[in-house]
Amino acid sequence: MGRVMAQVAMVMNLDKCIGCHTCSVTCKQAWTNRSGVEYAWFNNVETRPGQGYPRRWEDQERWRGGWTRTRGGRLTLRAGGRLKKLATLFANPLMPSIHDYYEPWTYDYGHLITAPLGDDIPVARPRSLLTGEPMQVTWSANWDDDLAGGPELAAQDPIVQQVGDRVRLEFEQTFMFYLPRICEHCLNPSCVASCPSGAMYKRAEDGIVLVDQDKCRGWRMCVTGCPYKKVYFNHKTGKAEKCTLCYPRIEVGMPTICSETCVGRLRYLGVVLYDAERVGEAAAVEDEKDLYPAQLDLLLDPDDPDVQEAARRDGIPDTWLASARRSPVYTLIKRHRVALPLHPEYRTMPMVWYIPPLSPVVEAVSGTGHDGEDADNLFGAIDTLRIPVEYLAELFTAGDPAPVERSLRTLAALRSHMRRVNLGQERDPSIAEAAGTTGEGLEELYRLLALAKYDDRYVIPTAYGVDDADRGVIEEIGCSLDFESGPGMGGMGAAHGRTPAPPFGEASGRPDPASVETFHALRTRQTSDAPADRADLKGRVNLLNWDGNGRPEGLFPPKEEP
Amino acid sequence: MADLMLWGVLPYVVLVLFIGGAVWRYRYDQFGWTTRSSELYESRLLRIGSPLFHFGLLVVIIGHGVGLVVPRDWTRAAGVSDAAYHALALGLGAVAGVCTLAGVALLVWRRRTTGPVFSATTGNDKLMYAVLVLAIAAGLATTLVSTAAEFTGAHEPDYRTTVSVWWRSIWVLSPDVAAMAAAGAAFKVHALVGMALFAVFPFTRLVHAFSAPWFYLFRPYVVYRSRSGRTPPATRPAQRGWSR
Ligand code: HEM
Ligand code: SF4
Ligand code: SF4
Repeated sequence: MGRVMAQVAMVMNLDKCIGCHTCSVTCKQAWTNRSGVEYAWFNNVETRPGQGYPRRWEDQERWRGGWTRTRGGRLTLRAGGRLKKLATLFANPLMPSIHDYYEPWTYDYGHLITAPLGDDIPVARPRSLLTGEPMQVTWSANWDDDLAGGPELAAQDPIVQQVGDRVRLEFEQTFMFYLPRICEHCLNPSCVASCPSGAMYKRAEDGIVLVDQDKCRGWRMCVTGCPYKKVYFNHKTGKAEKCTLCYPRIEVGMPTICSETCVGRLRYLGVVLYDAERVGEAAAVEDEKDLYPAQLDLLLDPDDPDVQEAARRDGIPDTWLASARRSPVYTLIKRHRVALPLHPEYRTMPMVWYIPPLSPVVEAVSGTGHDGEDADNLFGAIDTLRIPVEYLAELFTAGDPAPVERSLRTLAALRSHMRRVNLGQERDPSIAEAAGTTGEGLEELYRLLALAKYDDRYVIPTAYGVDDADRGVIEEIGCSLDFESGPGMGGMGAAHGRTPAPPFGEASGRPDPASVETFHALRTRQTSDAPADRADLKGRVNLLNWDGNGRPEGLFPPKEEP
Repeated sequence: MADLMLWGVLPYVVLVLFIGGAVWRYRYDQFGWTTRSSELYESRLLRIGSPLFHFGLLVVIIGHGVGLVVPRDWTRAAGVSDAAYHALALGLGAVAGVCTLAGVALLVWRRRTTGPVFSATTGNDKLMYAVLVLAIAAGLATTLVSTAAEFTGAHEPDYRTTVSVWWRSIWVLSPDVAAMAAAGAAFKVHALVGMALFAVFPFTRLVHAFSAPWFYLFRPYVVYRSRSGRTPPATRPAQRGWSR
């Protein structure tokens, strides 16, 4: 067995996404609420069919992201090899423009109170955040939200174009779902491979793909290298930024912000083990349809004693092994094979997987007056509703309908099986068999997908790798927030009792990094049941973190003594 | 006295600023060390202007290297006649210089006329562009002067016996002030503006040139890093850039 590595991976259950964008907004609040990345959404939610964000990002004929297989069977960057990259450094011909995302804007609120008295009610006009000039808002990150059926918009969906015109009408009438997207934290990241300065890297311990902000020189090749268009160029700092999988939270065993705040509670986080030496080989299989099985094959069974031994040999601590065995992500991806990777044909081996939505099928069945929980009706509909299945197959399995059908049949069987259980009817083993599983398997899925308890959805071990003595017995975890004046070692950062205390009081010295402050405020709020009335907030109340309980001291300025 | 200050002292002041400034900035401002690409805002003009400017400049830099480093006696000894040398140098220099100037003109025009690019232009950028454009223009002027001298037979001291001799003497710490003082006015202006460019270089966005990522050709595609700081071995062998 080759080198065993661990990866923190995510699964999203698309049936439950209501398209509320809470995940996008909370992510933005945490990570991209700054000028220079106004247009960037590390997490975005797209209506499918639709063009997505940035517009038509899936059109790799144009953007040339990801990898291709050469005729000789080797893997090469689709946009060209190293020499070509260097030769096009001065102006990158494949760089998306800000208009492919959208031009960020604000509103001229000041005008509302400064407008001279008159007959007309003053309005706040939109102004570009790039130039400060008044502008027309014509597009944004989710401009086509819920408009999947709109003929002009759906027609622009690269996948609709691939599946073909013949089906468009039928298709539009039956089918719409939401696709939340973050960086895939790929096993074979083409963004990393495209970075000429070597500033991007995959973390050896948990597989999180990051940009070293000090080493990035702004060559902007990663933006084009990523086929998912999930690296963004900060136009103020001239550096690339991307989803960090909320690593400061993951390191202390907390789920990412998008997961934590997800209204549908549809995200799962856990560890998978994989064979790092076979990644290149798996990504280079000839037939695109074999990429999903090849990727599945890379993931190692954490219950296998050989795998465990190899993992220990390669420095993976026992806590991580134990966590991998309980991983909901591994269960959904490999044990039940209901979760599928997004666009495996880009050959980056993405690590955010999706459970395809059964709801279009259920709706089609119940819409025609039939029983939408009857196994035979659902199985029959999966077989006859070619269009949604073909569309999903283009999205998740490079066009091979079989794995999508398998996943949908399992979800359909889950519905029928659990109805019988809930109605006190006898269990019918043929239902589970028809989906290639067992009654117990379906009930395990039911616990994960329907009950979806917090502790079952997120199984995240705390970080390791700072010290070899950590192995197996982590007493004190190192944390990436643990830098000079950071909050590690139990401190509260510069503003909160830092040792040694800053020379000229609380306000002196360098300010806390925003990430540190947010981290502590959130932790305090989430772990205390008292209102935000705490001495260590030093008399200040941050309204963003105030939970609305009570009347904390410091909410209002102190009364002046008469 | 003025000659001594300009050609004997100033070069060393500039050297200290250039090297010291670069080291200082590298140590204390890694985060500011970037191209600050503006391609996100506008790419139509950039795609013409930037390669025109950079590739032209690359040739110009190589030309400077040859002209300043290689003494006249060596090329003569190699059997290259002065006339042939000058025809080649002036021809190539003029073409590259015009490309560079056209490129930079397009870039400046783009900066001025494209709204978002103009908004993102700092005072530092404006100073940098002023010095850069002056240096290129003065350089092109020296080419013109030399060419004119070549055709009219006017007496103009050969830069290879004046500027180049002075330039080489700087590096052995005994500046040949007299040699430079004997050069034509155009050359003196170009050398002065050039020194100004080197003096401001480390303090502007031009530092991106120091980071030309040639190392990309030699490293494995996928980079791994460990939280502990030790770099784990690559899981795939490195492949050379030219072998693909
Ligand atoms: C081989 C080394 C070099 C590389 C790889 C390089 C690459 C780049 C890149 C990628 C940009 C950003 C273009 C954009 O997207 O906006 C840029 C801009 C620029 N470079 Fe270079 N460069 C190099 C050397 C130089 C040198 C030696 C100079 C001048 C002395 C220079 C002057 C400039 C200027 C003035 C800009 C700004 C263009 C603008 O946006 O107006 N570069 N360069
Ligand atoms: S999805 Fe993430 S890891 Fe994969 S190529 Fe894009 S930015 Fe890199
Ligand atoms: S928060 Fe959850 S339900 Fe809402 S859009 Fe995001 S993924 Fe979907």
